[in-house]
Amino acid sequence: MEQANLTQPAGPAPGAPTPDLPVRSGGRAVSVGGVLRKNGPGEAPGTQNSIFDVSGLKVFYGSFQAVAETTMQIREHEITALIGPSGCGKTTVLRCFNRMNDLIESARVEGTIRYHGVDIYGDQVDPVEVRRRIGMVFQKPNPFPKSIYDNIAFGPRIAGFKGNMDDLVEESLTRAALWDEVRDKLKESAYALSGGQQQRLCIARAIATSPDVLLMDEPCSSLDPIATLRIEELMIELKRDYSIIIVTHNMQQAARVSDRTAFFTVDVKETGMRTGRLVEFDTTDVIFTRPHQKQTEDYITGRFG
Amino acid sequence: MTTEAPTIDLTGSRPRLRRERRVRRLFLGAAVTSILISLLIVGSLAGEAWSFISKVDLSSLWDLGWFPRRDMFDIKTVVTGTLLISLIAMVVATPLGLGAAIYLSEYARPRARRWLKPILEVLAGVPSVVLGYFALTWISPNIVMRLNPHAGVFSMAAAGIGVGILVTPLVASVSEDAMRAVPHALREASYGLGAKKATTVTRVVFPAAASGIMASLILGLSRAIGETMVVAMAAGAVGGSLFELNVFEPGQTMTAAMTALAIGSDQVAGSNNAFQSLFFVGLLLFLMTLTLNLISDRFVRKVREKY
Ligand SMILES: Nc1ncnc2c1ncn2[C@@H]1O[C@H](COP(=O)(O)OP(=O)(O)OP(=O)(O)O)[C@@H](O)[C@H]1O
Ligand SMILES: [Mg+2]
Repeated sequence: MEQANLTQPAGPAPGAPTPDLPVRSGGRAVSVGGVLRKNGPGEAPGTQNSIFDVSGLKVFYGSFQAVAETTMQIREHEITALIGPSGCGKTTVLRCFNRMNDLIESARVEGTIRYHGVDIYGDQVDPVEVRRRIGMVFQKPNPFPKSIYDNIAFGPRIAGFKGNMDDLVEESLTRAALWDEVRDKLKESAYALSGGQQQRLCIARAIATSPDVLLMDEPCSSLDPIATLRIEELMIELKRDYSIIIVTHNMQQAARVSDRTAFFTVDVKETGMRTGRLVEFDTTDVIFTRPHQKQTEDYITGRFG
Repeated sequence: MTTEAPTIDLTGSRPRLRRERRVRRLFLGAAVTSILISLLIVGSLAGEAWSFISKVDLSSLWDLGWFPRRDMFDIKTVVTGTLLISLIAMVVATPLGLGAAIYLSEYARPRARRWLKPILEVLAGVPSVVLGYFALTWISPNIVMRLNPHAGVFSMAAAGIGVGILVTPLVASVSEDAMRAVPHALREASYGLGAKKATTVTRVVFPAAASGIMASLILGLSRAIGETMVVAMAAGAVGGSLFELNVFEPGQTMTAAMTALAIGSDQVAGSNNAFQSLFFVGLLLFLMTLTLNLISDRFVRKVREKY
């Protein structure tokens, strides 16, 4: 059952049963049935189901609250952009979607995030299962100190991939617009690549496992305009099969590729505590052309106009 | 070229240049001195070893055992003893040390690590006499004699296990440092791809820390080869030993043989060949550790993943 979802990246058709998250319970895998949620018709670019239902999410690092209560719905087969000033908690929120914050000792997450109806912070959920379905590209490129080939093959190997690895490596690198540059040096260390190439390698590595959702934290921050364009094309192509959440500082990029945009800001308390807050979440069209909040407009126009 | 431009004097002041030259010579002197001292030590070792070889009857180097005061200098006895005891020590120290290191670096909560790591470092400083005593009074009756009822109180096995315990904290501490130095971002990359903890440790952290882990094992092995006290106390064979491959019998390592020769006995400094055999064994030991370091150097360069 684990394999099934890896080889079928396409989400369930509307009305079809949602994939279950196998969870650990006393060493045996049991299933928590997914509840399909249908969204009412809205001004949605698509009429997809929500893939993430975030409700009452708060994130703390120790006693410092990094993100104030956030509620939002992320839809399937869409690109959702998270924008906002530096330090407003975009990375923090993004990392909640695949339980990456579990790895930070001081981090604490409150509230629920339902993935296809299953609370990924539920007691019985195994974060490993979550991360197999929800892949991530990090803000800083972090290739393994292995060959280019082994970097791409790492994820499929640990997931028990049985197909032709060479083909998969080539396909992943091609989609990430890196194949032509590295085809002759697949056995060389990934560390010999430039920063931008490493970034694309990390993207290729993430899509090689065919996740259901792709979380991308400023994936184009160290890319030139041409590579950026290729990655944007890739995202639009991927959204047929996957759902994508992207953090970006590039307003044009958010406007170009995303279907929906969430704008976060930082509230500074008298105590100096800087807590991120979701100001507005709407279709990208609305956010960029007629935002409802003054703060959003100021940010957009300040950077954009 | 314009000739009317003012000429600039770019030659530095002479006293300053002279001062810099003097400082340079000072450091050069320090470097040369330390190299010279090392060379002198090796040279005198080799000289004495040579005079031993030329004086002694060569057939006595391949004999029934190592009994230097009876002119029986069977080198293979002490070399085998050294290798056997070091091997047992590493069989004990490698899994224990690496296991402890993996636990500390990957599994322990920060609070647990905060008090476990210093304990480990204290353990690394336990005097070897204490461990020798422990090997003799506890390991020997409780482990070795249980494994093999025919084993005596003194055995190479007891000494080997004792040395293994002695070097475990060293192996654990050094390899833990190496694993902790692996960037957190690499672990995140692995977990982000859906790797389990065990997978992350074995496929990402371990290879990335390979050179440090290797170094910890080499350090442990050199320490084991050089360890004297535990062996002298627990392996028996103080005066000499017969050639022996059975680890449940008494035996001697090269260092233990050297100490046995050097301690207290007035026979040692005499004209007897026994004194000079000490240098011969010493030189051999030096060559062994040198080869070990060279091999490990080459090996580490091959397997290491640079991050
Ligand atoms: N591991 C951590 N421990 C403690 N505080 C953290 C940690 N990571 C982030 N923070 C804090 O949480 C807040 C939000 O950080 P986050 O990285 O989510 O911001 P961001 O919006 O991604 O910023 P940027 O655009 O610069 O990447 C910041 O105040 C930051 O200092
Ligand atoms: Mg960030």
